[in-house]
Amino acid sequence: MAVGASLLVVLGRNPMHSVLLLIVSFAALAAIYIGLEAPFAAVVQIIIYAGAIMVLFLFVVMLLNAHREDDAAPPAGVTSGPLRAGGVLAVLLVAELVWALRRAARGGDALLSAGPGADPAALQSVRALGNRLFTEYSLAFEVTSILIIVAMVGAVVLARRES
Amino acid sequence: MIPVYVAQLGMVLAVFVMLLLSAAVMVYSERKVAAFIQQRYGPYLVGPRGLLQPIADVIKLMFKEPLRPVAADKAIFFLAPILSATAAFAAFAVVPFGAESTFFGLLDEPIKLQVADVNVAVLVVFAITSISVYGIVLAGWSSNSKYSLLGALRSASQMISYELSYGMALAGALVLAGSLSLTDIVNAQQGAWFGFIPRWFVFVQPLGFVIFMIAGVAETNRAPFDFPEAEQELVAGYHTEYSSTAFMMFFLAEYINMVTAAAVAANLFLGGWHGPFLPEYLGWIWFLVKVAAILFFYIWMRWTLPRLRYDQLMQFGWKVLLPLAALNLIVTAAGVIYFGN
Amino acid sequence: MVPLGHYLILSAILFATGTMGVFLRRNVITVLLSIEVMLNAVNLAFIAFGRTLGSVDGQVIMFFVVTVAAAEAAIGLALVIALFRHRESLNPDVFTSLKW
Repeated sequence: MAVGASLLVVLGRNPMHSVLLLIVSFAALAAIYIGLEAPFAAVVQIIIYAGAIMVLFLFVVMLLNAHREDDAAPPAGVTSGPLRAGGVLAVLLVAELVWALRRAARGGDALLSAGPGADPAALQSVRALGNRLFTEYSLAFEVTSILIIVAMVGAVVLARRES
Repeated sequence: MIPVYVAQLGMVLAVFVMLLLSAAVMVYSERKVAAFIQQRYGPYLVGPRGLLQPIADVIKLMFKEPLRPVAADKAIFFLAPILSATAAFAAFAVVPFGAESTFFGLLDEPIKLQVADVNVAVLVVFAITSISVYGIVLAGWSSNSKYSLLGALRSASQMISYELSYGMALAGALVLAGSLSLTDIVNAQQGAWFGFIPRWFVFVQPLGFVIFMIAGVAETNRAPFDFPEAEQELVAGYHTEYSSTAFMMFFLAEYINMVTAAAVAANLFLGGWHGPFLPEYLGWIWFLVKVAAILFFYIWMRWTLPRLRYDQLMQFGWKVLLPLAALNLIVTAAGVIYFGN
Repeated sequence: MVPLGHYLILSAILFATGTMGVFLRRNVITVLLSIEVMLNAVNLAFIAFGRTLGSVDGQVIMFFVVTVAAAEAAIGLALVIALFRHRESLNPDVFTSLKW
């Protein structure tokens, strides 16, 4: 379902529908995360990605009235040749990645066919996650917070009207 | 004797029916309480003391002609009320409303009075609240009408702004309990200090409770934050173009959102189902009392306070509530570390 | 249990889908959405590895990726708005000259 929704996101005519399909794809991924014993990740995905970022996308789509597809008349005479070539390249990319993975699995890399590793119960503990976040990754955490502030300021400045 | 999964299914059904009934009760009590605040009688014709009024309302709404504007985006127009109502019901799925019980020995082992006990229950409630924004936005946009779109955008901005304070007030209670599971948080509020002051979190961080209530009112688009539905200005905001069953869904979603917010507040701050004088397995009575008290407070606020203007609303949310919530969180965290509760 | 390889293949497919979208779509908003799809695929790979190796690092990194994606989406959309104000079009082919 994640694949189907993502394909429709990319191929859909109407950007509004694309946004909604992306939300569906996020929900599907969240369900997969729960199956991967990462409930916190699933909930964070829904809250931040599906709950906030997509609302932002929706706002912009509505603001710019982009819900009508304007791909139809490209000014530079882009034909469907690149489209077909692009599709073929994408399939090639997938095939190559799958081939690489298969080769690694066959080459005796036990990792790829492994199931859950040691102590899945430790994964579930949000406490463990918080612990790790604030000790080993504390620098990344602080830098990320600065990044968010910069992004906020930048977004406000960029989207302001020239007055 | 009765296998557990049958009991679980029964629980799901019971919660669903309970929510529907609570919406009906809310409709009735809202009109009655509003009436008494305004010194009039309220509905009293339908049934004894007007008790059958909600049923009359539902029947009326269902028999209205379903309208749909021609230029509306069909799929989204249809989907939006469903999304709103579904999100409202789903959020209640992780809210516990009583201690574990075996229903007088009918079951083999105790089950919790909760549809699903998730480790990260608090976050799930928060996540589903974020999703309910979509129902409103999509409704407003797909109606293809100016009033709806404006109402929807305002409502969405308001909801996502107050979500932050909502989350931080939640986090305050979390820090005190040390767990994300709602059941654990309620159980951390057992007992009493000095024998008679219950250990509810509302006494440890009153500011958190106040912030949570205010943010909850803003989240559910109730007065005094109901500018998006501002009846005097925007016709009916994002559900202008809806009628009949779809309108009923939005109404339902709003009331159930209120019930969920009240239930979560009762669990987080008022001690859930713990209370004096009653044995543990009747705890849900206390829960109902607390939720009813909070809901009464909601209704009271709606008919007493004037509506905030939209920019006042946004300024309040960002400039006052958010810093207060952050401060509350910091102080609570410091307190927990210092006192080592 | 589903072996790791399957999750990685799913991640690869999603990533390729996103890449296809970035290259082929003529609407900048959809391009941004495709970038989000790619980031999603990467998140899946991280969590899958985290589960297999039994460590919580996968979730921590996913957390950071989501945050960075949020920041990037915000700036990207602000840019789109600014561009739209200038040229009234959302087609990336229209913005061909560096100087206006």
